[in-house]
Amino acid sequence: MNTTTSEHEAPDAEEATVPKEATVPEDGAREHSEHEHPSDWDYVKIALILAVITAVEVFTYFESVYDWGSLLIPSLLIMMVVKFWLVATWFMHLKFDNPIFSKMFVGGLLLAVGVYVAALAAFEFWA
Amino acid sequence: MTTETSAPVASDADTAAAALVAPGDSNDHGPTTGISNTKLAMWLFLGSECLLFGGLISTYLLYKTRRGPDNLAIPTDVFDIPFTSISSFVLLMSSLTMVLALAALTRGDNHGARVWLLATSMLGGVFIGGQVYEFTSFLREGVGFTNNPASSAFYALTGFHGVHVSLGIVMLMSLFVASWQGKLRQEHSETVEIVGLYWHFVDVVWIFIFTVIYLVPA
Repeated sequence: MNTTTSEHEAPDAEEATVPKEATVPEDGAREHSEHEHPSDWDYVKIALILAVITAVEVFTYFESVYDWGSLLIPSLLIMMVVKFWLVATWFMHLKFDNPIFSKMFVGGLLLAVGVYVAALAAFEFWA
Repeated sequence: MTTETSAPVASDADTAAAALVAPGDSNDHGPTTGISNTKLAMWLFLGSECLLFGGLISTYLLYKTRRGPDNLAIPTDVFDIPFTSISSFVLLMSSLTMVLALAALTRGDNHGARVWLLATSMLGGVFIGGQVYEFTSFLREGVGFTNNPASSAFYALTGFHGVHVSLGIVMLMSLFVASWQGKLRQEHSETVEIVGLYWHFVDVVWIFIFTVIYLVPA
């Protein structure tokens, strides 16, 4: 309030006042400063892991090279979940951000999984 | 006393000053949660998007073997897994360039951010180009949108995803142009982060689609 008063009382003081307020970080900047972000090299390492997993996934397609048998579908699903988790936690920063974002996303995800597993069961998908 | 003196109608200078503090954003509302409203809204939106794609994926899973009364070809007959694998890899790597763009802008490297934003949108463009090629080749091989329930469900799912990627490219290019014009600076890193969240989301959706739709055998 005093700041506003001084702006009206002395127009020349505006310039001095504005930068003072401008130094207050926005929400985003404040959140960024709350935690340490990974380095670029950390991101590259995550991307390399993702690339390797994708290569293994594609490798499962070539049954003539190696037959995964009954392990095929569980292996594919595990690799999918690991990739999903890596992107969500590292690239989407869920690992470093406020936990409410994780709850928001996981909430929607679990709701979707629950609803559609129920829907698929109702249509006897696994029968 | 101070209340009365601060009451006058805000001048243009006041408005400009307010815009300087929070340029084009509503973050100065001071959310009681202590976290950004726009980011919270994006996460809520992404949570709801899980339901949209969950519905489309479930529909495809239900119909994926239904050839219809005329016993026409279904998408699994004509899948080109090596080609789709490359597209998937390209989209996955675009998540890396996206996060590098945000990291660059956060540390004040505007040029780096611009380069990574352009790279991300180009990789997205390559993915969309691959999808157009895939759809075209499927059509040539007789898998039309209205052939049977399997084809309709496949095109609806992958088409919706493609539209999401295309919208992401538009957002990325908008950021690139803003950066080019000098309007995207370090203090706007949250804007880039929010677009990045959307972009990573379309990536994780594709991770799911690639495994469940393409790789898991029918």
